[in-house]
Amino acid sequence: MSKRSIVPFGPQHPVLPEPIHLDLVLEDEKVVEAIPSIGFVHRGLEKLVEKKEFTEYVYVAERICGICSFMHGMGYCQAVENIMGIRIPERAEYLRTLWAELSRIHSHLLWLGLLADAFGFESLFMHCWKLREQILDIFEATTGGRVIFSVCKIGGVRKDIDQDTLKGIVTVLDKMQKELKELTDVFIEDYSVKHRLVGVGVLSKQEAHDVGAVGPMMRASGIAQDMRMLGYAAYKYLDFEPVVETDGDCYARTLVRIREIYQSMDLIRQCAARMPEGEIEEKFKGMPAGERYERLEQPRGEVIYYVKANGTKFLDRVRVRTPTFANVPALLKVLQGCDLADVPMMVLTIDPCISCTER
Amino acid sequence: MVDKQTITEVQVDELVDKAVLMKGQGYRLVQISCTYKERFEITYSFDKDYELVHYRIYAGRDEEILSISQIFFSAFLYENEMKDLFGVRIKNIAIDYEGGLYRVAKKTPFAPQDKEEEEAKNV
Repeated sequence: MSKRSIVPFGPQHPVLPEPIHLDLVLEDEKVVEAIPSIGFVHRGLEKLVEKKEFTEYVYVAERICGICSFMHGMGYCQAVENIMGIRIPERAEYLRTLWAELSRIHSHLLWLGLLADAFGFESLFMHCWKLREQILDIFEATTGGRVIFSVCKIGGVRKDIDQDTLKGIVTVLDKMQKELKELTDVFIEDYSVKHRLVGVGVLSKQEAHDVGAVGPMMRASGIAQDMRMLGYAAYKYLDFEPVVETDGDCYARTLVRIREIYQSMDLIRQCAARMPEGEIEEKFKGMPAGERYERLEQPRGEVIYYVKANGTKFLDRVRVRTPTFANVPALLKVLQGCDLADVPMMVLTIDPCISCTER
Repeated sequence: MVDKQTITEVQVDELVDKAVLMKGQGYRLVQISCTYKERFEITYSFDKDYELVHYRIYAGRDEEILSISQIFFSAFLYENEMKDLFGVRIKNIAIDYEGGLYRVAKKTPFAPQDKEEEEAKNV
């Protein structure tokens, strides 16, 4: 047996400026075991629910993460709405879906850029983030914010999007799609990119199921599960199927996210074409009483909001199981047996969001 | 279209058997959550084909609970988190951080389990 050594990875590492730490147990250049440490910046946001009224907590939920901020607010609102039996207007459902899908495009483009940066392709990284700017501009034009929007509220949404702006969004996406094609062709076909991703960090279908992987990590291993199929918000009115790849390697996870960007563009077009006129908010009275597990598909995968209410304005408990938290065991699985040089690729391909994990 | 959610209460000593059963039937562990009100209320959620199944146990603060991480490996993170946040006593966790999953200056468990304890901490 070769001599074993332990190499610390993080909590500050050039490819991942977020605080996660891995103790990598190596035999020569091979990783034989990885032991994770999280919790460097635990914020206690779940506990904060005891001091915020249930209507105010939406703002806290949105601040769990700066990338899928909108979907955190949406998940919390949906959980409370379902406890209280509030049926939000159809237009509000479409608006939520539209912002959620824009968030997915923005998140996946951000991730593609980070991936390119990790394997040293800096111009590709800059192109990805240049495209992403256009999505942030749409956010700013429709919500007033580029990171935290605060448009989701219990009972619906705060802002509407007029017909001209909707057409403008579709026009921007149509133009963007051509540039995106050039960009994604590099990820899909470039020899050096494939060399870093193909056959690296393979997670089989059975392993993905056993370790409880979620989102693109799970779908890249051949499991066709996407929480949007549950039909929350306006997804029940839209036509789509989960994006699935079968190879289970870093390349397959990249392909899933690339195809999901195109899928999100298509869903936004469907939203713009089918969105009915009408109210954007349902007024409600009373306090929530009961409990609910609400599941949504964030860019990184399935998020679960558990809300327990006692009939007062303060909730008993809010618990958020974020996708990165669920994907940590999958990361440990793929790290076993990999080369030390491939560790950054694998950490990145779960699309880790430590901000979400340290809620 | 709000799906119906049923939570089934099981005894602490039935938990591992239920986990084995779920594993055998092809369910995936999706989350474990804990709440405290005079006793721990711990809910284990499993998914198969978009159907969520919840099992709930109630345990006193000194009661020991067997880990299910030998059956569902991913349970180790949830179980360590419950230890750190609430001080739940869980035995045989696959990777046991012994109260050190969260690396912040404050000592774990973060949430005192009794009002008297909470008041004493706030003094």
